[in-house]
Parts: sequence; C-alpha cells; structure tokens
Amino acid sequence: MSDASTTAERLTYREACRQAIREAIIADPRVFLMGEDVGRYGGCYAVTKGLMAELGEDRIRDTPLSESAFVGAGIGAAMAGMRPIVEVMTCNFSLLALDQILNNAATIPHMSGGQFAVPLVLRLATGAGRQLAAQHSHSLEGWFAHIPGLRILAPATIEDARHMLAPALADPNPVLIFEHVMLYNMEGTLDPAVTGVDIAHAKVRRPGSDVTLVTYGGSLFKTLAAAEMLAGEGLSAEVIDLRVLRPLDMVTVVDSVSRTRRVVIIDEGWRSGSLSAEVAMRLVEEAFFELDAPIRRVCAREVPIPYPAHLERAALPQPETIAAAARSLVRPS
Amino acid sequence: MSEAKVHLDRAHGLKLLREMMRIRAFEARCAELYQAEKIRGFLHLYDGQEAVAVGIMQALEPRDAVIATYREHGQALARGIAMRPLMAEMLGKLEGTCRGRGGSMHIFDRATRFYGGNAIVGGGLPLSLGVALADAMQKRDAVTACFFGEGAADEGEFHESLNLASLWRLPVLFVCENNRYSMGTPLGVAEAEPEIWRKAAGYRMGGEAVDGMDVVAVEVAARRAVARIRQGGGPHLLECLTYRFRAHSMFDAQLYRTKEEVASWRERDPIVRLQRWLEQAGHLHGDDLAVLGAEVAAEVEDAVAFAEAGTLEPVEELERFVTMDEVPS
Repeated sequence: MSDASTTAERLTYREACRQAIREAIIADPRVFLMGEDVGRYGGCYAVTKGLMAELGEDRIRDTPLSESAFVGAGIGAAMAGMRPIVEVMTCNFSLLALDQILNNAATIPHMSGGQFAVPLVLRLATGAGRQLAAQHSHSLEGWFAHIPGLRILAPATIEDARHMLAPALADPNPVLIFEHVMLYNMEGTLDPAVTGVDIAHAKVRRPGSDVTLVTYGGSLFKTLAAAEMLAGEGLSAEVIDLRVLRPLDMVTVVDSVSRTRRVVIIDEGWRSGSLSAEVAMRLVEEAFFELDAPIRRVCAREVPIPYPAHLERAALPQPETIAAAARSLVRPS
Repeated sequence: MSEAKVHLDRAHGLKLLREMMRIRAFEARCAELYQAEKIRGFLHLYDGQEAVAVGIMQALEPRDAVIATYREHGQALARGIAMRPLMAEMLGKLEGTCRGRGGSMHIFDRATRFYGGNAIVGGGLPLSLGVALADAMQKRDAVTACFFGEGAADEGEFHESLNLASLWRLPVLFVCENNRYSMGTPLGVAEAEPEIWRKAAGYRMGGEAVDGMDVVAVEVAARRAVARIRQGGGPHLLECLTYRFRAHSMFDAQLYRTKEEVASWRERDPIVRLQRWLEQAGHLHGDDLAVLGAEVAAEVEDAVAFAEAGTLEPVEELERFVTMDEVPS
C-alpha cells in the first residue's frame, strides 16, 4: 500500500476498498469494521481478506447473521464516540436493518435536537449481473437516497473506491457506500498524485457536446461503452458519473445539459419512483427551458431480476439500449 | 452505594418515595395537559410502573448510559433529567430536552447519557449494544441499562441483541418491564414462553424475574446485576413484573382487561407500598408525607409554568440538524 503513494500500481476495485479500510483503521483508534464474514472468512467479496489477522479481532469483528442488531450496534457506537464501518454483505440484506437505518441513523440527530450525531459508515454491495436471481440482485440505493439525513455514495472507479471512505468517515452523518458487485474484479491504476476525493460532486467522465448521459455505479462503464459506440456514429456524448446520490449535485448535471440540451438517465434501479425519476424531475424544475428534447431514461425492467443470463441481461441497462435511447433524441426517427 | 446491598434508612427510603411521587405527579399533570390539548400526539403513561425506573437508576452512576422506550417519562426523571425541560418537551417547546422536536416519545439527553426515547418496539436494543461496545472499546467502565417492554421480546431484535451482547460480553443490563399487555395483546397470546427472563438461558446469559411493584426489590436486583456486569460478568436480563394502571395511550378504551384486574393491581401500588413500609419502619414522621407531596406538586407546577412560558422553535430552523455540521463533543 505504501507503493500507492509513489508509483502507479495496478490493483482491483476490491483491493482499493481494502486499502481504504486498512488505512482508516490504522489511522484512527475509533474506527473499526464489523459485519458478516468480514474477519475469518475475509469478506463475501474478499474485500477484507487478511485484515483480521493483521488488525486483530477487536477492530475487525465477525458478527452473527443479525443485520438489525449489528447495524443498530454501529449506530449506538457512533453515537457514543466511535467511528464504525459496518458492512452489510449486500444491500439485499439491508432490508432486515431498514428500521435501524431509517428510524435511528437518519432520524436521531434531528429528533434529538442536534444532541447526537451518527458518524457511521455502512458499506453495501449492490446490483445485478452475476446470475444471482431476484433476491440477490437488488439496486436499492435509490430507496435510501429518499431519506433525509443520509449521504449516499456510489463509487464507480478505483479512485473513488480507494478514496471515498476517508471523507465518509470524517462526515458527522451516516454515509452509505454502495459498491456494485460487478466492479470488484475491475483492474486499473491509481494516480499517485491523487490523495483524496470529495464526496459532494458529480464528475464528467467523458466530455461531449450532443447529448448528456447521466449515470452512476455499475452502469458507468456500460454508459461509457455506449458513448464509444455513439462516437463511432459521429455523436458526441458527455458522460456524467453522479458519484453522490444524496445530496444530488445538480449543478454539474444542469451545466452539462445546458450545453448538450439532451439527456438520458441510466439507472439500474427500477424506473417507477426511482433515482432516475428524481434526476429527471429536478431537470424539469431547474433546466426545462434548456432542453431541446424529452428526457429519456434507461432503467432496469420492472421485473424481479431472473436467473438465466439472457433474461438477466435483458432486464438491465446495456450499452446498446443506452446508445439507442441517446440516438433517438439526437436523430428522431 | 455501589455494592449490591441496599441500606434502606430513612434518607434513602424518602428518596425512593420522592422519586416515584415525582413521576406520578408529573404524569398526572401531563394527562390533564393532554385533555386540555396542550400535549398532543401519543402520550403513554408510566403510572404503576414507577418502581422499575426508580429502582434500576439507583444502581447506575453518571458515567453509565440509559436507553428507554416511548413510555420513558419515568426513566427520564429518575435518571436526573430536570422536570422543566422535560415538561417543555411535552409541550413541544424550544426549551425542551430536544427543542420540542421529539415530544413525549423521544426524550434524549446527552448530559445524562440518555439515548432516547425509542418509539419502535425493540428498536432500542441494538443501540444499547453499540453504546456498550463503544464504552468497552474506549475502556470506559460503564454499564448501559436498556429498558423495553415484554412486547419487545416478540421482536427479532430482542433475540439478535441478546445473542450478540452475550457473544461479545457487552456490559448491558437488559431491563424487561413486563406489564402484561403489548398495547392490548395479553402476554399469553404473544409469547410461547411468557416468563421472559427464561429466554436469557438460550443466550447463556444470566436472567431473573423480580417484583416490579417493589422498588426495593428492584433496586436490590439491579445493584446485584450491575455489580456483576461491572466485574466483567457479561450482560444480564432482569424481568420486572409490573402493571400499568392507566391505558396504553390516551386513545385506548381498555376493552382487553377488567376493572377488577386493574383494581387488584392498584392494591400493589409501588408508592403506597413503600409509604406503608416506611411508616411501619418508623421512617415517616409527622407531616413528612404532606411536605413531600407539597414539594413535588410545587416542582410540577413550576415545570408547567416554565413549559407554558416557553417559546416555539422558529420555522426557519425546521431543517437544522437533518445533517450535522460536526459531531457534538
């Protein structure tokens, strides 16, 4: 890990997550990690492999399969002076802790009149694409983005996976980090000159002038692939990675749409009542007269995500469907 | 007194009596203010259960922590939260414990380590694990007392929390206030094992039941349990058998129990019981009781006047603390 500060090493998204956790725990005695199989097993997605042996059972804590109890314990510990990182193995299981997240973590600071903060970080794997069928393929970040009091992050790049944790831990409020399951194996390099990132702004990942593609998380690389396809057809697409799903950075989005005048929003969540709906409505409120075409959305189809590969693929946004939506705005048939 | 023994001398006896009378009188006034529509929303009275909060608090030190339910006026007063901000909170005033934002069900007080006021049944148990864990990891010699009703034992969070607390030997005193009804559902309809304390065995945790209408018995049991927890004995489940004399909330017609049943429990009123004992022991002299009653009544009226004179939080501050700018220290 010390290499990261001097030379650009190749690493996976998973390793970037691990480096961030390790660094945070070493840097601050108040930080610890707990969750299911994070210690002895090394994490369901091998993110925390080796950390218990290195950092000890006090700082890397295996929990029973009791999502509500250990998420609630994280909240209580945060209120009493610690800086816990709680791993909920996947966001599918976060439903079992929803009461704690909504009624306690997001609520107590305001309800107590500002007497208690909840400086908690929850890490959750999210998304579909591994043929895990309906109960293990949810994208629930949009649900959580509905809740005042939470900050919702969706690191899509190795840089964000490496650097979002530190500011999340420094935030006095509960922060939920959604890590898309299809990204853990992604390889890349870290720019050694970058030692931190903000957790407030969206980012333009590819500049363009004809249409804006707004996305986040696991859909970013599908969207970049779509932009590449469109480039081959002479269409210049700008790709925005939201990064922060709550609070939304609409300034970056509105700025882009004001230049391209066309927008497609790509969201792996279901379309009805989704994060994409929120982004679209904000654009209607804030940039209606900048638009030259209707807002389009590419979301997950409104079905429980099926097991067979061809159906799963058909249920999710894909580069082809994203490109088709963009094309339809620029060259209406 | 940090040891498990209780010296029930005149001073301590009068203290226990005063604490219970304060809760009773505070809430009687709250009921009136509710009828007068000055207190709104839900109001759950503790009437009848006072011995539990007062008895348990005797075993706690200022460094310890408390987590309670939506029926927490008794715990709040017994823990030492002043009556003035408490009544102001009931009236939704800025001078309240939580700027009036929480109301009856959500009392929080940082100074006394009072972590709510949790109105989701069972929701406070996981929090208690975290507070206790934070104390243990930061090498603070503190115990967390977690109050909940027997209805919480229906919830998965109860079982998850007892299991985790036992596995990690967390310094938590789980206090189950068994008042026999989860709102209107009798114990036997909801619990396959209605003796809640027995569930502790399933988690290799100490458990016992105590007469929750006897403040001295509760204090003795609490002191013993807290001493054991402080010595590293791990968490403990103390079931206090009690009864609420009034309705579940102000909207409850009480069709699920008979007047005779309520009357029979009223005969075991913890305040009357202690009063009689003190009289028989020769600890109550002359006009002791009248003086005590007058002092408590004056404190309540002072709190009501304070609350009535209180101000409302400006609407401009509605969104303040939705997110915090810093962690309060």
